[in-house]
Amino acid sequence: MIPDDKTLTEDGLAPDRKGQILLLACGALAREIIAVKDANGWDHMTLACLPAIYHNTPDKIVPAVREAVAQHRDAYAQIFVVYADCGTGGLLQAACAEMGVQMVEGPHCYSFFEGNAVFEAKGELTAFYLTDFLVRQFEAFVTKPLGLDRDPKQAAILRDMYFGHYTKLVYQAQTEDAALQEKAKSCADALGLDYEYRFTGYGDLATSLARL
Amino acid sequence: MSDLEDDIILSELNDEDLVAQMFDDLYDGLKEEIEEGVNILLERGWEPYRVLTEALVGGMTIVGNDFRDGILFVPEVLLAANAMKGGMAILKPLLAETGAPRVGKMVIGTVKGDIHDIGKNLVGMMMEGAGFEIVDLGINNSVEDYFAALDEEEPDILGMSALLTTTMPYMKVVIDQLVAKGRRDDYTVLVGGAPLNEEFGKAIGADAYCRDAAVAVETAKEFMARKHNQLAAG
Repeated sequence: MIPDDKTLTEDGLAPDRKGQILLLACGALAREIIAVKDANGWDHMTLACLPAIYHNTPDKIVPAVREAVAQHRDAYAQIFVVYADCGTGGLLQAACAEMGVQMVEGPHCYSFFEGNAVFEAKGELTAFYLTDFLVRQFEAFVTKPLGLDRDPKQAAILRDMYFGHYTKLVYQAQTEDAALQEKAKSCADALGLDYEYRFTGYGDLATSLARL
Repeated sequence: MSDLEDDIILSELNDEDLVAQMFDDLYDGLKEEIEEGVNILLERGWEPYRVLTEALVGGMTIVGNDFRDGILFVPEVLLAANAMKGGMAILKPLLAETGAPRVGKMVIGTVKGDIHDIGKNLVGMMMEGAGFEIVDLGINNSVEDYFAALDEEEPDILGMSALLTTTMPYMKVVIDQLVAKGRRDDYTVLVGGAPLNEEFGKAIGADAYCRDAAVAVETAKEFMARKHNQLAAG
């Protein structure tokens, strides 16, 4: 049973049972990981998630991962951290190496959903990315924390300060969903950016889990 | 803001009350009110440098402290900065004319591959407020861009900013070039940006990592003081 997006954003997800491998993930990846896991019948994997909202405060990720690994490591043969660097400036990788656990390669989920090599080759400087989860949770991750829900004058000032150098919003879709595409387009409009739809599927997330 | 405050007429306040009101207006990110306050103080004969330090920097210091203490968040700081920018735009040409004290000169820019400039802009503005001359190179700067500015501007400080884990290593590319050209000791190199940390700053050979704009100002002042002391001693 996957909790709702609000719970994944604020609280994360506790592991529901003891498999051999614990996937310790960002809450923003819960649905995608379960989809990949179920499609492949990987019952030996158990999912636990940290609050997805740490995406906005990466300095909270490393201490939370350390704490979760310490809490769960005796109960599992292996723990795999389903985060990329995610704005930790290399500190998550260093912490994982120190704890003897592996993590997903790449700078962030936008990169591994497209495939790290493909994403890097594109070299898009001025694209702002949203995934399925971030489209659904746009208000919680973008509108509200950035203050774009204030009075229109202040919101316009802030929007220009944050997004003045961006040119387009790229919706990296993990699933085909017309309603999400419509919402993503409205997000682009709200930010004053061009809109691009790009179906990625699960990219390197799936291949990373397949290697376990 | 209350209706009572809506009724305040800035020009009717004495200097002390006006500066206090400007602190409130900065806190609330009211750009037009700040511009009006700056103009009133100038009309009353205040030196531009005094307006800058007592009214604007004084107000932004409160904003900075409350941000550090978790009372204010990024949107409030940015709106306050936007208001201060309005006041600075009036003062900047006057500061040059009136020979305001100059603490030092800094070239600052976001590194190649990175378009994020909010932190850099805040640092630049607070440094200007502290009496530094700022040459802002903007975003996406290559080694060549930095060196062209260093050659032309001859600053005391080079500031580099990055928001992305993928772009922050470029700071080392620039510093390595300074070393290779035998110019590393000519500048104080300060680095900052969300994914950076103290260890990274040390590892790439920067003089200091600055976690926010207030720290950047204090760090820059310390390095300038050391430089002056060394010159005096030498």
